[in-house]
Amino acid sequence: MKYQIAILVENKPGVLTHVSGLISRRAFNIETINAGYTEEDAVTRINVVVNAYSEMELNKVIHQMSKLIDVIKIVNISELPSISRELVLIKVKADTPAVRADIINIANIFRAHIVDVGHENVVLELTGEQDKLAALTDMLSCYEVLEVARTGPIALSRGITPIKNM
Amino acid sequence: MEGSQAIIKCLKENGINTIFGYPGGMILPLFDALSKTNDIDFILTTHEQSAAHAADGYARASGKAGVCIATSGPGATNLVTGIATAFMDSIPMVIITGQVDSSLLGKDSFQETDIFGITMPITKHNFKLQNANELIPLLRESFSLACSGRKGPVLIDIPKDFFYADVAYPAKEAEPPAAKPDADFLICAAEAINEILNSRRPVIIAGGGVIIGEAHKELLSFAEKYKIPVVSTLMGIGAFPSDHPLYMGFAGLHGRKSANYAVAEADLIIAVGSRFGDRQTGNITHYVYEKHFIHIDIDPAEIDKNVHSNIGLSGDMKTILNLLMQREPINNLNSWWQILQKHREKFAYEYTGKYDVPNIMHYISRSINKGDYVVATDVGQHQMWAAQHIRRYQPRTWFTSGGLGTMGFGLPAALGIQLYFGNEKRVIHIAGDGGIKMTGSEYYTIAALHLPIISIIINNESLGMIRQLQKVFYGARYFSCNFEYKMNYTKYIESFGIKAYTVHSMDEFVESFSDALKQKGPTALVVNIGKAFVDPMANTDARLNTFINF
Repeated sequence: MKYQIAILVENKPGVLTHVSGLISRRAFNIETINAGYTEEDAVTRINVVVNAYSEMELNKVIHQMSKLIDVIKIVNISELPSISRELVLIKVKADTPAVRADIINIANIFRAHIVDVGHENVVLELTGEQDKLAALTDMLSCYEVLEVARTGPIALSRGITPIKNM
Repeated sequence: MEGSQAIIKCLKENGINTIFGYPGGMILPLFDALSKTNDIDFILTTHEQSAAHAADGYARASGKAGVCIATSGPGATNLVTGIATAFMDSIPMVIITGQVDSSLLGKDSFQETDIFGITMPITKHNFKLQNANELIPLLRESFSLACSGRKGPVLIDIPKDFFYADVAYPAKEAEPPAAKPDADFLICAAEAINEILNSRRPVIIAGGGVIIGEAHKELLSFAEKYKIPVVSTLMGIGAFPSDHPLYMGFAGLHGRKSANYAVAEADLIIAVGSRFGDRQTGNITHYVYEKHFIHIDIDPAEIDKNVHSNIGLSGDMKTILNLLMQREPINNLNSWWQILQKHREKFAYEYTGKYDVPNIMHYISRSINKGDYVVATDVGQHQMWAAQHIRRYQPRTWFTSGGLGTMGFGLPAALGIQLYFGNEKRVIHIAGDGGIKMTGSEYYTIAALHLPIISIIINNESLGMIRQLQKVFYGARYFSCNFEYKMNYTKYIESFGIKAYTVHSMDEFVESFSDALKQKGPTALVVNIGKAFVDPMANTDARLNTFINF
């Protein structure tokens, strides 16, 4: 079972290593991990998707992570009403006008953006939930996909309360 | 203020007067500063691992942070076993390592090692200094982290140029007051009392957390109030007086049978500062069968980690135990005590005075009794025999490596413990011949400081516990456990200038031990004895009260 976890941490050196090291040490697989700035300068938000057998196992890891000195707050976003988004960039070979037109068509259907065009390739950008990204990747699989870069999902809970106040 | 001077000032500010370590290029500025102060005793060991164990021993004895220092690269990596040992047993330590100049970091410079990365999983927290002005705030934080909540080792890695840099020494900020128990907590405590009053066969497991949390008096009142039997874990020995009528003994894989029966037959386990380690519980499925659990621990992450508890209470142990004493007992435990009394009588150990390790441990126990002696062991068979047969009446009179099971821990730890107790208490150090080969070089430091440690070396010319495991689990195919090539331990120890006795019989032991007690300096008894197995040994595939027959 996959769980989306949001971790607020002090913006200090080594903190990402502390968090990711602990997750893998407790024998959990990290599916995706990303970190970025937040509304507060001193705080970084780490968004992790982990694979765990059960919620009980997950809670054990959350307890262990809560002990890390630089961790401010951990919330299992999966159990809350929430919005999750991921960004993907896909470079596809498009060396004929016909292929280029096809790909632009697909992009439009998915509301993806064409962010770069060359003589032989195009680059698509799409933001959405994971299944939408999967559908686009699937559609493009009959063309020659040269390169894919994904951010991994980030998520926010719905409603007025930020997770730091939960 | 110069960085290294500021460190000395900060150590003093934290009440540190003894530190352990070993010099090397990247930490030399700090040694230079140490040479100019009379307020801090620096103890030079023969190896960084020993420095870490000695600081750990000092911390176990004092309850305050032990400090050790080492250089970058090999100096730092040699500390690793010592840090991991302290981490597993929740011992407060501050470890200062020198690092290559900040300008040389990340260039595979001479003696550069990422000790920050290496020690991440074996420290409570660690710091890699990036800015000289962080030095004092982070060193202060290291002390407060090491000594607060669930205690543990904290490492701070300092690039060499920061020792010379002009650093700020800000005024110390006041510590925030401790939080008071909230309403949910009080409800849990009330439920816990209900569980206790409704149980028919309760047992208290006293763990090392009682000693670290200094809650032994509260534990005693709690157990006496409800007349609940008490067993201890390996780390909990001394948390409860072993001559107390409620005490059932040391429980676990090699626990006393009466104690293991008490745990196995209990309907309610009240674990106080114990983390249900696998050497304590044996097979977890059998262990939890038809039992309720109340788990009291300072660390919330321990609740439900190994055993799912009906009630978990996380916080200061003294406060919790006081909360649990607020009602009067209503349950009658007479029939439970009758059962326990039968177990006690049936499994009482008969000391025959025969020349074997249990009888030697018993003799030591009777000789030192409640006197000003403490016991520090190494790891292996002798450790289990000592745990079974040496009675301890007070906390911080029994020192052993529990969680990590570090062979070689005993002698350097004894060094740190003896330094803390000075002339107040004397350390009886017990080790096997295997462990002595690991860190025996520390006899050099003990001799140089003329410390009155009495070392008992159980020399069975084998790695006894390995031999025992090979007997039980590997069809007695003994391999790499018997020392065919003989060495003379008496001569080895004498070469340090330490008075050593060779023992071949109970009479020789008694004679040598009483002579050693009269000596003012270090002594060692080399007890040459046959190979044997530690009995009892619980069956790890079944309940705690089923045992392996040898």
